[in-house]
Amino acid sequence: MAVDAEAEFHVLAVDDSLIDRKLIERLLKTSCFQVTTVDSGSKALEVLGLREDRTTPSAVSPEHNEIEVNLVITDYCMPGMTGYDLLKKIKGSSSLKDIPVVVMSSENVPSRINRCLEGGAEEFFLKPVQLSDLKRLRPHILKGRSKDQQLQREENSNTIIISSSGSKRKAMDEEPSSERTRLRFSTGSLTML
Amino acid sequence: MESSDLQRRYIDFTSTLFREGFLDSQYTQLQQLQDESNPEFVTEVVTLFFQDSEKLQDDLTRTLDQEVVDFKKVAAHVHQLKGSSASIGAQRVKNVCMAFRICCEEMNREGCLGCLQQARQEYFLVKSKLETVFRLEQQIVAGGGSIPTMW
Repeated sequence: MAVDAEAEFHVLAVDDSLIDRKLIERLLKTSCFQVTTVDSGSKALEVLGLREDRTTPSAVSPEHNEIEVNLVITDYCMPGMTGYDLLKKIKGSSSLKDIPVVVMSSENVPSRINRCLEGGAEEFFLKPVQLSDLKRLRPHILKGRSKDQQLQREENSNTIIISSSGSKRKAMDEEPSSERTRLRFSTGSLTML
Repeated sequence: MESSDLQRRYIDFTSTLFREGFLDSQYTQLQQLQDESNPEFVTEVVTLFFQDSEKLQDDLTRTLDQEVVDFKKVAAHVHQLKGSSASIGAQRVKNVCMAFRICCEEMNREGCLGCLQQARQEYFLVKSKLETVFRLEQQIVAGGGSIPTMW
């Protein structure tokens, strides 16, 4: 099941640079993700079904005319809406806030990195992004998957499924690749997936 | 020319490019992303870099030529050039951009003009070298050989 997860996993990549869009698209496809690329934050919001001037999606239900996005990866420095602005808009939307957002930047500025992480970004990648960086997306995919399953289970049982949390900083130690071992436990009964 | 001679020439030539700092590991990353399903990936991305860079150099010339130089605009162009050169592994161009950016921050027009000239030089150097790489690759393939992997 874990092996198939990426094949259906849809990433929305946002970057104003055509070269970087081509690169991130290739990196993501090589890692077996489905990819949509856009060149601005406002286009990203359109794809996500959220117009710039609203915090809730349009009246038409998202499933019907927008594609489902499982993760957003965005450049920080973009004209108009920056990656940070886009991040805040996504996290400020009741329907979109659970979509993991990764911010990329060519500049290694600690205050910028902290700002994004505090703003709700799951990860911060330094550009040029490497294939090895994309491995760090796996916990966020699986978190999304187990969350869907959790919502289903909660309706008819009182077992608790705890999802993993990924590391927040690029500089920190690499996570092991085995997702099964990365569950954290709290009190109460729980069921392992 | 014999296929093995071409391959040897190719290996020597590309090794030198890395050794002399024209290209860095990001270029290798591009090569690793190329496969049978995307056989032209490297040339596509590098061609985009050529087009993008030449346009940016024109923009930079124009912006620095103004009576009153808008250094924010200059910096934005330099940022773009730095980004795209980093993305394809054109290390020397990227390094010039880093110095260029400092001249922008200092609002130093003469310094900027000097950096632009350097950027142009480094760009044309790496462009001609990459064109040689691609030519050698085509010749190897045309001769029925396979392109040596450099990693």
